[in-house]
Amino acid sequence: MSQASNEPVKLVLYVAGETPKSLAAIRNLEKICSEHLAGKYKVEVVDLKKQPQLAREHGIVAIPTLVKELPVPIRKIIGDLSDTQKVLVHLSVEG
Amino acid sequence: MTEGITKSATGIEGFDDLTLGGLPTGRPTLVCGSAGCGKTLFASTFLFNGARLHDEPGVFVTFEERPVDIVANVDSLGFDLQGLIDQSRIHIEHIEIDPAEVAEIGDYDLEALFLRLEFAVDQIGAKRIVLDTIESLFSAFSNPAILRAEIRRLFDWLKQKGLTAVITGERGDGSLTRQGLEEYVSDCVILLDHRVDNQISTRRLRIVKYRGTAHGTNEYPFLIDEDGFSVLPVSSLGLGHKVFDDRISTGVPDLDAMLTGGGFYRGSSILLTGVAGSGKSSLACMMANAACERGERALYLSFEESEAQTVRNMKSIGTDLGKWLKDGQLRYIATRPTFYSLEMHLAIMLREIGRFKPQLVVLDPISAFTGSADISEVQTMLLRIVDYLKSNGVTAVFTHLANVQQAETDAGLSSLMDGWILLLNREANGEFNRELYLLKARGIAHSNQVREFVMSSSGIHLLEPYLGEGGALTGSARRNEEARARRTEATRRSEVARLQDQVTQRRRRALAQIEALKADIDADEAELNRLVSAETHYLQQSRDDAAALARGRGMEAPSGKTRQD
Repeated sequence: MSQASNEPVKLVLYVAGETPKSLAAIRNLEKICSEHLAGKYKVEVVDLKKQPQLAREHGIVAIPTLVKELPVPIRKIIGDLSDTQKVLVHLSVEG
Repeated sequence: MTEGITKSATGIEGFDDLTLGGLPTGRPTLVCGSAGCGKTLFASTFLFNGARLHDEPGVFVTFEERPVDIVANVDSLGFDLQGLIDQSRIHIEHIEIDPAEVAEIGDYDLEALFLRLEFAVDQIGAKRIVLDTIESLFSAFSNPAILRAEIRRLFDWLKQKGLTAVITGERGDGSLTRQGLEEYVSDCVILLDHRVDNQISTRRLRIVKYRGTAHGTNEYPFLIDEDGFSVLPVSSLGLGHKVFDDRISTGVPDLDAMLTGGGFYRGSSILLTGVAGSGKSSLACMMANAACERGERALYLSFEESEAQTVRNMKSIGTDLGKWLKDGQLRYIATRPTFYSLEMHLAIMLREIGRFKPQLVVLDPISAFTGSADISEVQTMLLRIVDYLKSNGVTAVFTHLANVQQAETDAGLSSLMDGWILLLNREANGEFNRELYLLKARGIAHSNQVREFVMSSSGIHLLEPYLGEGGALTGSARRNEEARARRTEATRRSEVARLQDQVTQRRRRALAQIEALKADIDADEAELNRLVSAETHYLQQSRDDAAALARGRGMEAPSGKTRQD
């Protein structure tokens, strides 16, 4: 799992307002990234309450949803990301 | 938003009548059924008609099919969905979830789905929404507890938004839907069913529940064809039939003559029964032809013969149905009895009658149904159609193939009919002869005779009955009898002539005798005259002789002359 050595991991987290689940997901994601992907990630947080058309555009149904846009293949994780190991495995990035 | 029962019309033929207006406005309706039973079509028709006819824009939320497929599917039914999408009156929201590329880690909800729906609804100002089929979510998400809570929330949200919603659900074992959606939707539940009996499929619709309103509770057949989705409420309408006093010709003048006053009453139900080849269809065609000639419309529903075949056959008896078909006065629909179930047949017939609005309908033959269904069902169906036609004042002609020559139908229809013509094909002396008998004609004085029924190139004729000594005769028996009578008559005539001749001869002979006698008399008279003249002559001669003698003797003459006297 070392294909992403020089390519940064691009992650988009879709949330809807400041719900406890959204906040938990943001917190968990920050923690995972800083602990395991330090320096080689880009995170964007999208609030669908403000931009609902993006939900349609990206096919988002559940909140929160984390999308790994790069490197391909695209992966989606829904939930508050409370299990770090699972998140890393699913993102197929260096753990 | 709406209390009580405001309703939103679906524009689905028949369904709005059945529900007295349509689906409950501002409330969710569950439409459930097994795969391929027409749920999606029901939903899209509801949405399409809402946008097109009622100025209620709608959102189609599809969890399964792609938007292009949905547009293409209804395009074949003449729904220009794309046009409405372009006008922003319909929006198709495709909710696609591929469980393979999604992992669930931790707690989540479906808020994004709500946001998307809300966005779509607000975007076009939707009043109607379709969720097809929300159960797909259960295969996409592995946490049913979250899902159930979210679906409940979704339905609450729909109600709160005042959206008239149609939610489709797949039929489950022992429950209306696989995931028990019915527990969330309590206002209106419609069940679509697709059953196959005896290899004949029938679609049926049932309103399982419709809170706060009266509705039909029966199963109603429905149809998906080139005209879309139509429900066909087939209910018995009681006996409030229209009654007509005018008579309509049967197209056979001789038959009209048997019904004093000419033909049956308009709006009658007329049954033609007979064995194979007894002329039922031909007679029915004549009635249809007569209707067209009166300028009316006739609908011919055939379950055996095709249109072309009937037209050809009728030409052989001098009737051209082709021209009526061409100018649209006659409509000919040929279907196999096994093509649909009975109910579907009935439904289609009623629909065609409703559309074409004929004054005369022919069903040829109703006995075709008895093969494919239960007798009691056939009876029910026919009762309904008779009811329907009568209440609309449509004259109905039914033909029925009887296997035996009897005044009874296995469909048990006899008592429903106003008129009943029995066509017989009886064997006598080595030949079959067609006969017609007017078994029944309600309210019309009619002949009780069995007439011989003859089809020829000049049409159908009923021959005057030949009432011989042994009863009415037909066919060659009749011809025989007629010939015999002719022979007898000829003999009698020649006998008379002979006698007349004899008398004349005798008279002539008598006259001749008179002539002869007269001639005798004449001859006798001539003889007599001759004798008299001879005598006279003789006497003269003798006198002359005596005088001469006397002169010769001189004086002695006077004595001699005296002596001689």
